[in-house]
Amino acid sequence: MRGFLAVYLRELLIIWHRLPRMILSFSVSPTLYLIAFGFGLGKHLTVHGRPYLEFLVPGVVAASSMMQGFGINVEINVARFYLRIFEEFQAAPISNWAYVLGEILGGVTRAFLSTLVILAITMLARINLHFGPWFFVGVFLNAFVFASLGVASAMIIRSHADQALVTNFIITPMVFLGGTFFPVEGLPEWARLPLKLLPVTHASHLIRSAAYGDPVPRFSLLVLLGLSLVGFFLAYSSVDRARD
Amino acid sequence: MSEAVRVEGLTKDYGRLRALSGISFSIREGELFALLGPNGAGKTTTIRILTGLTRATAGRVHFFGRSIFEDPLYAKRMAGLVPQATNLDLELTVWENLFIHGLLFGMSRGRIRDRAAELLRFAGLWERRRDRVRTLSGGMRRRLLIIRALMHEPRILFLDEPTVGLDPHIRRRLWGLIKQIQARGTTILLTTHYIEEAEFLADRVAFLDRGRIVALDTPQSLMATLGEAAVDVVSEKGLTTRYFRTREEAEREAMRLSRSGESVTIRRVNLEDAFLHFTGRKV
Ligand SMILES: Nc1ncnc2c1ncn2[C@@H]1O[C@H](COP(=O)(O)OP(=O)(O)O)[C@@H](O)[C@H]1O
Ligand SMILES: [Mg+2]
Repeated sequence: MRGFLAVYLRELLIIWHRLPRMILSFSVSPTLYLIAFGFGLGKHLTVHGRPYLEFLVPGVVAASSMMQGFGINVEINVARFYLRIFEEFQAAPISNWAYVLGEILGGVTRAFLSTLVILAITMLARINLHFGPWFFVGVFLNAFVFASLGVASAMIIRSHADQALVTNFIITPMVFLGGTFFPVEGLPEWARLPLKLLPVTHASHLIRSAAYGDPVPRFSLLVLLGLSLVGFFLAYSSVDRARD
Repeated sequence: MSEAVRVEGLTKDYGRLRALSGISFSIREGELFALLGPNGAGKTTTIRILTGLTRATAGRVHFFGRSIFEDPLYAKRMAGLVPQATNLDLELTVWENLFIHGLLFGMSRGRIRDRAAELLRFAGLWERRRDRVRTLSGGMRRRLLIIRALMHEPRILFLDEPTVGLDPHIRRRLWGLIKQIQARGTTILLTTHYIEEAEFLADRVAFLDRGRIVALDTPQSLMATLGEAAVDVVSEKGLTTRYFRTREEAEREAMRLSRSGESVTIRRVNLEDAFLHFTGRKV
């Protein structure tokens, strides 16, 4: 238990020391998306009978919490290849569970921070959305799934260049295609099916339904819960691969 | 005195490269034991296996009679590791680095506070406790690295080339610190490629060369195998050294050589001579 606390507290301290810079950097891309797509393109657009901006905000939250959750991999790589702190964890009497859970929650915490930044920015525009418990459950599960994948990929990859490849080919497409910026339902059947398989599609669906005040989509919730478990075990089983 | 570390037939292969070929040694409790060898000899590999960072290919290791491969958590609690490459959290403060380490080793907050305060004073870092590690000098970082490894009161401390790349006066200060740690009852395994470090610090030294231990004894005994005095002779062929049982014999030979026009120096046999003798090459 203390082992988990140590790993998580270290991530929290890193966030704490960088907080101003971090908040600034978390606000850049969401602001750009909101200006470009929301205010620029979407002024006269409606989706699901609502202004496009109201469709967009939950999508940006889903995209951002996914990216920041997955972004824990960058921290782990820095700790592993540059600071070599990873050896400090390996030489400590802690279990792989403790390590993995600490890092995943580090990613989740970043995702929550970025979400709060977006919500603060959106406050400036008058929009009609609810940010209740289910909204945050959606953010949590989305971040948890992608932070697990971030931890797993950081354990498996061997260099920083490989990591950039993973991010470019897997994460970036999901940011745009997973029901974040446009509704998946509008696409032809052949495109819709694969997109429905993406975890972020379910996350944006859950987060958006909660923000609209609609009933919770049970299926998407179950998918995310299942993926959280799968992701966690994936991360857990990959820790020993980082050892030589 | 009981045996703190026992290593038997330790072997490590990295693919086709054999980094360690069945090395064996044991360290008594409270002893300072040095592994001396050139780069690539296998020093870091040995320490990484003993601290659970790398898996051994074959062999057995016991700490206080318990197998570290069968009981890795026990072994990790017994061991403190000062790795070759400084691995501190540069963005965190000195205090935070110690605090995280304490938590990792299951210490309570109260114990962490007391122990960190004691060690910070011991290492002369108390005034810097709230500063980020990034702002510390190289010597301070090394001291912090060492006291971090001591936080959880390990009974065996592993120091992998602890003074590499430091200024001579900072190196001497660290030597003092290491001696003090030993005097408090900690068993120490130190690796180095600095002869004088091993000679100054170690109770016993093992010469490690290409993954094999070629000699193991006290520095005095290792040097005594060559004799007491050495004569360096510089000629067209370069530098050659000859060893003599006593100083008198060395002086007689030096006299004879200098009469025939050679340039000679008499000196005490040092550990480097012994290393050269056993391995056939320089560290
Ligand atoms: N992770 C590794 N993969 C492959 N070879 C390695 C690895 N670590 C060390 N070696 C090799 O093992 C040998 C011993 O290395 P090392 O233990 O680091 O020596 P030393 O610490 O004495 O300089 C060297 O030939 C080195 O290149
Ligand atoms: Mg080394």
